Amino acid sequence: MNAVEVRELSVTLGGSHVLQGVTFDVPAGGVTALLGRNGVGKTTTLRALLGMVERRGEVRLLGTDTAGLATHRVVRLGVGYVPEDRDVFSGLSVEENLRLAEQRSDPLYDEVFALFPELKERARQRAGTLSGGQQQMVAIARVLLNGWPLLLVDEPSKGLAPLLVSDLADVLERVAERSTILLVEQNLALIKRLASRVIVLDHGEVIHTGSSAELADESLARRFLGVTSGA
Amino acid sequence: MSVFLALTFSGVALGAVYFLAASGLSLIYGLMDILNFAHGLFMTLGAYAAWDVATHLPASWGAPTLFGVALVASILGGALAAGLTEVLIIRHLYARPVSQILVTIGLDLAVVGLLLGGFGSNSLSVPVPLWMMEASKIGSVNLPNADFVALLAGVIVLVALEWFLARTRFGITIRAGVENRTMVSALGVHVGRAFTLVFIIGGAMAGLAGLLYSVVFSGDLVSPTQGDSLLIFAFIVVVIGGLGSIRGSAIAALLVGLVQDYTNFYLGTHPGFAEIGNLSVVLLLAVVLEWRPRGLLGRAL
Repeated sequence: MNAVEVRELSVTLGGSHVLQGVTFDVPAGGVTALLGRNGVGKTTTLRALLGMVERRGEVRLLGTDTAGLATHRVVRLGVGYVPEDRDVFSGLSVEENLRLAEQRSDPLYDEVFALFPELKERARQRAGTLSGGQQQMVAIARVLLNGWPLLLVDEPSKGLAPLLVSDLADVLERVAERSTILLVEQNLALIKRLASRVIVLDHGEVIHTGSSAELADESLARRFLGVTSGA
Repeated sequence: MSVFLALTFSGVALGAVYFLAASGLSLIYGLMDILNFAHGLFMTLGAYAAWDVATHLPASWGAPTLFGVALVASILGGALAAGLTEVLIIRHLYARPVSQILVTIGLDLAVVGLLLGGFGSNSLSVPVPLWMMEASKIGSVNLPNADFVALLAGVIVLVALEWFLARTRFGITIRAGVENRTMVSALGVHVGRAFTLVFIIGGAMAGLAGLLYSVVFSGDLVSPTQGDSLLIFAFIVVVIGGLGSIRGSAIAALLVGLVQDYTNFYLGTHPGFAEIGNLSVVLLLAVVLEWRPRGLLGRAL
C-alpha cells in the first residue's frame, strides 16, 4: 500500500508554474526523500499535499482522496507536518506549542520527552527564545505527540550544527520505525543514512525515482540534485 | 485637587468603556486581519437589545433586576449580531480585504437605517437603578456610581480575557493564530471555529460597551448612531495599544480616556476649543505611532 499517491499535481504561484503535473508514490513505511535543487518546488509539493496552496491534480494520503479537504482535515487523516523554518509560535511557551498540537485524547508526551528531555525542562520558556535546534525539537515534537502514520518533514537539518544533525538523524530513524516519512532534505549524508527511496524534482516535474543507493555516486548527486555532502 | 481626582476617575471609567469597545476589535483584526467597520453596529445593537428587554419586562421586577437583565441582553445581543455577521458574511470574504471594508460599512449603514426607521431618531431611555444616578463620596471627592460600574465591567472583562487567552485551548489557538494562522491549520486545528468565537467574544464586549456608554456618558439614552461615534475611538485605542494585544488595548484605552477627559475639562471651555478632547486623542495617536509604529504592545505591522 502507498501512503502517498500523487497524480498530475500542478501549482501556480504568482503566475509562475511551480509544479507541472507531478506524479509519484510514496510506499508505506520508512523514509522517502524528495530531492532537487533549491527552488524546484519541493516545499511547494509538501504544502500542496496538505492543501495549503491552491492545486490541480489528485492527491491521496493514507488511502483517502484529499480533494476539497481543508488543511486541518487533511492533517487529521493522520498527516504530520514539520515546516522548513520550524514555524514554532514564538509568543507561546514550549508547553503551549505542544498543547496546541494535541489531536488525540492521550497525546504521547512520555515518548516525546524521552526523545527530547530538554523540552520538558523548558516547558515554560517562550519558544521564540529557544535556539534553532531547540525550536526544531518543538516542531518535530508537535507531530510526534499524535503518533501520526505519515510525516511530511521539510529540511529539518537546515541551520543546525553538525552534532545536532546527527542527533536529529537518530530521532528520525526511530520515528521511521513507526511512521512513513516523506523527507525534503539537502544534506546528502542525512539522506543516505535515512532514506531508502528518492524522488527527484526539477523544473516542477519528477525527473527520477529510485533507490537512495544510487546516490552513492556523489558527483552525480551533486550535479543533478544540488545537494552537498555534510555531517 | 478633588476636581483632578474626580476627572481622573471619570477618565478611567471612560477608558474602561473604550477598552470594552476596542478589545474585540483588536482580537478580530489581530487574528483575522479583518477591518470590521460593523463593530460599532454590535455596540448599537447590544444597547438596543438591552433597552428592548428592559422595557418589555414587568416594571414590578424593579430597576436593579431589570438593569441586570439589560446587561446580559446587551452582551447576548452583541454576541448574536457578531456571530451572525461572521457566519453569514465575513466567512466568505476572508481573502478580500476591500470587500470586507465595503460590506461591513454597508451593513452598518443599512442596519442603522433600519433602526432609524423602526425606532425613530429620538434617543430611547434605558431604565437604570436610582443608585447608579447618584455619587459616592470617597474622601473629599464625589464619584459617580455609574463610573464604578463601567470600571468594574472593564476590570472583569480584562481579567476574564487574559485568563481565557492564557489558560484555555481556544485562547492558545487565538494567540497562535495571531502569529501564523496557516501553521495553526497545519497542526490540525480548525481555525475557522476560533475565528467565529473571536467574533462572538468581540461582539459580546461591544454590546456591553454600547450599553455602558449609554448609561455612563449619554444620560441613559440609546441612539442608532452611538456605536459609530464610539467606533472611531475604539479604532484609535486598538492602533495605540497594538493589534491583537488585549493588554495593549487596556493601557491605550486608559490613556485615551484620561487625555480626552483632562483636555476637555481644562481646555474645552475656551472659545473654539469645544472639540479639543477629540483632537488630543488624535494627537496622542500620532505621537505613539511616531515613537512606536506597532503600537504599545502590538506585533510588527
